[in-house]
Amino acid sequence: MSGMSKNDMGAARASRADAMKIWDIPGGIHPAERKELSNRTPIQPAPLPKRLTLPLGQHIGAAAEPCVALGQRVRKGEKIAEANGFVSAPLHAPTSGTVSFIGPQPYPHVSGMLAPAIVIDSDGLDEWIDLTPHPDYRHMDSSELLALIREAGISGLGGAGFPTAVKLTARPTQKIHTLIINGTECEPYITADDLLMRERASELVSGIDILVQLIQPEQVLIGIEGNKPEAIAAMRGACSERSYQIRVFPTKYPSGGEKQLIQILTGVEVPSGGLPADIGILCQNVGTCVAIHEAVIHGKPLISRITTLTGEALARPGNVEVLLGTPVGELLEFAGLDQAKLNRLIMGGPMMGFTLPSLDVPLIKTANCLLASTATELPPPPPALPCIRCGECAEACPASLLPQQLHFFALGQEHEQLKAHNLFDCIECGACAYVCPSNIPLVQYYRAAKAEIRELEQKQLKAEHSKQRFEQRQERLRRAEEQKEAERRARAEKAARAKAAQAEAPAAPAAPADEALKKLKIEASMAQVALKKAEKQLAQHDTAELQAQVAELRAAAEAAQKALAAAQASAPTAVAKPAGDEALKKAKIDAAMLKAQLRKLEKLEAPDDDQQAEIARLRQQLEAAEKTIASLQDQAPAPAAKPAGDEALKKAKIDAAMLKAQLRKLEKLEAPDDDQQAEIARLRQQLEAAEKTVASLQDQAPAPAAKPAGDDALKKAKVELAMKRAELKKAEKAGASETELQPLRDALAAAEQALHQAEDASGKPEPQLLRTEKPGMTDELKALKTEVAFARADLRKLERDESADAEALEQARTRLADAERQLAEYQP
Amino acid sequence: MSLVLIAVLALLGLCLLAGAILGFAAVRFKVEGDPIAEQINALLPQTQCGQCGYPGCKPYAEAIAGGDKINKCPPGGEATIQALADLLDVEPEPLDAVEGEKPQMVAYIREAECIGCTKCIQACPVDAIVGAARQMHTVIVSECTGCDLCVEPCPVDCIDMIPVGSTVQTWKWDKPLAPGQLIASDREQAA
Repeated sequence: MSGMSKNDMGAARASRADAMKIWDIPGGIHPAERKELSNRTPIQPAPLPKRLTLPLGQHIGAAAEPCVALGQRVRKGEKIAEANGFVSAPLHAPTSGTVSFIGPQPYPHVSGMLAPAIVIDSDGLDEWIDLTPHPDYRHMDSSELLALIREAGISGLGGAGFPTAVKLTARPTQKIHTLIINGTECEPYITADDLLMRERASELVSGIDILVQLIQPEQVLIGIEGNKPEAIAAMRGACSERSYQIRVFPTKYPSGGEKQLIQILTGVEVPSGGLPADIGILCQNVGTCVAIHEAVIHGKPLISRITTLTGEALARPGNVEVLLGTPVGELLEFAGLDQAKLNRLIMGGPMMGFTLPSLDVPLIKTANCLLASTATELPPPPPALPCIRCGECAEACPASLLPQQLHFFALGQEHEQLKAHNLFDCIECGACAYVCPSNIPLVQYYRAAKAEIRELEQKQLKAEHSKQRFEQRQERLRRAEEQKEAERRARAEKAARAKAAQAEAPAAPAAPADEALKKLKIEASMAQVALKKAEKQLAQHDTAELQAQVAELRAAAEAAQKALAAAQASAPTAVAKPAGDEALKKAKIDAAMLKAQLRKLEKLEAPDDDQQAEIARLRQQLEAAEKTIASLQDQAPAPAAKPAGDEALKKAKIDAAMLKAQLRKLEKLEAPDDDQQAEIARLRQQLEAAEKTVASLQDQAPAPAAKPAGDDALKKAKVELAMKRAELKKAEKAGASETELQPLRDALAAAEQALHQAEDASGKPEPQLLRTEKPGMTDELKALKTEVAFARADLRKLERDESADAEALEQARTRLADAERQLAEYQP
Repeated sequence: MSLVLIAVLALLGLCLLAGAILGFAAVRFKVEGDPIAEQINALLPQTQCGQCGYPGCKPYAEAIAGGDKINKCPPGGEATIQALADLLDVEPEPLDAVEGEKPQMVAYIREAECIGCTKCIQACPVDAIVGAARQMHTVIVSECTGCDLCVEPCPVDCIDMIPVGSTVQTWKWDKPLAPGQLIASDREQAA
């Protein structure tokens, strides 16, 4: 690729003598022009269609966002869809009417797919909105001008449809020094720009003036191919006194491509993968310039365009000014379409256009030509033959690529090679396919390969993105798990500590702490817990609010502690009360311990002197201890004495039982020796004595001891019944079958029977089994009692829940109190 | 004799020197992780769907590096198998999946039926579902990998997997028929 040096470029710009110099592009072809079909008649207005379909995506970038409602009446030029994002363009109603549909509609695309669109039923009035013209744009600053262009919904009318405002806004690293106006129109058949330049040269120049005002270029070059003498003359006339240079160059396809035109006019090549702005050049189509003029000077948004209707299937080919959204079929009808002759309907030119799948599609902003061709005019491409490596394609390529190589790489799906061979610099002009002697549809290969590469890259990007999100999620889950684990550990530790504290507590005098003290303690510990919790939270998220809360909690905890301390200080009097009891207990424990020690030593078979001495000492101590106990017991208050008879009876009974057990043990011996025999006899005696004591004591004992013997049996029967009932219920709940349930029911009935018998035997009055018959139990009372129980349960639940707020607690308390009061009031 | 000794010593010295260099290199240029598994992971589609039987793409990549088959990734399809075969220099195998290669799917929650149980949110490996307890959930289409994992946990079956249809923007040209693949009559016409 040959590039001009900076010096050459500077010279080209600076020297007036060089002004008319033009360069050549590599490759290029000269197909039959066929422009005479449509360039002999002036631009005609197309008839107003009954129904207009306006696709939301008529430009490169994000589709516009509808801003009208279904059934809404719109006037000509009213905005019906907003630009959606930066690279986007708004849409306007091309005529007045009502919005009749918003949704998928036919779209001019090779695939024949539907695309979202707004449909307007025209009312035939063609009533404009109030326009705000800006003929004095020279006093406006560039941002206002840009906003005007943006709001007018102008996108490149040459064919690509890039939003013009974006193209003008995108500030390159380098200032734009050259503005190029593209009036080349190199593709065969198309004459829209030609006619536009002939008929609207003054508007065009006015549009250029606005662009110049906006970007302040050093030079303006208007490029027109030599096959449009009328257009050249008109343009020369229109910009006579201005410094815009009209550059005429020989006809060659595809000199109208943006990059090719730049090369022709300036000799500079746009770098691979770059934009013209990178080398300080901006290119605009002539149609776009007229649209800018309309938008700024007259305030009219882009609602129509000039389109070439051509092809041998049309009786009256020519150029029409057509409202956007007009159905293609209606337009062709207007141009006298002969359906029988129509073979292929192409939107765009024969080289770069695409076949339309139907006549229903609307005309959009980028549609510069409709070519209704006959079979003889554009015959279907003959079948492709294998490449003979002639190299014609490489010679025709205007981008100096190697089409043949690209073709083979595309066949082999060698994406890396395709990228290395600059596939993405291909402008898909079709020159290579045009010259190919083997009729290989080269451009289609490149398009498919480009789409495939783009799709793969998209997938790669998405995969990378998904991976990132997946990893982030894993990390987040791990963190959450860790935190949970830490909390669990902290809780377990705390529980262990609490347990240890509890174990220590009994050693301290387990004072019969009165209710108030206990409550204070609980409060103090709860305050402590709340404080700790808040502090933990504070450690995680440090906010002023939390800090204040912590301070508050700390004060509360301290107050609680103080209150507790005060209460404890006053408590000792309470603790001292049962001192005698305490001393007695201690003495008893001491005595028991001494006894145990003594017994241990006595068990030794051959105690030495030391041990003997120890035993003696222990015996003494034990005696002393027992004395203490006796004295203490004497001192002990009445309560101990009260159930003395009971106590004695119990003791006697135990003694008797123990003797019996011992006796039985000895009796079991098969061959008791003399000693044992003697022991047995002794035990028997003791037992007898004990039993006598028991009998005498029982005689003394009051009535309760003489309780009817039937009671036990009754109790047993009741327990039996309850168990049977529980069993049955369990089985029922478990969904046991009838055969399984039946025996249980029988058992229950039997138990009931037994209970009745026991009751009869016990001589007690038969209890009334039906609860509802309970005297004094009315429905109302029941309801009140239930309410009390519920209220109590709620309160307890709330009390247990640390997070419960005070208000709720208070509410629960009042509810319980109310319920209790009602119950009390009812009962009297 | 001394000649032999010198030779042996010289060789021994060389061996020690080479060993020292290798040992140093092994420590100095140690590569963390498994580079092959990383490369394989880069080729997998990262849907994290688990259809390969591993809990995510990375575990499968590690399994492939450890010798597992390369044809267990239905979302990746033939393209992934081919790429893996190229990377590992093995023969590509047909996809090992009952339903074969599936088109790109995206999850869709019928929002009227969603009860807000958050089960799908917990199942989504890429956090592509937004919602809260007892609030309606919805799928962020651009983040959804179409992995299917949210469908099974849904207690009310309100999640559909919808194939991502092509739009005018995503439509792509077909590759033309290769020149060799002509039927006889066309060949006559071409001649």
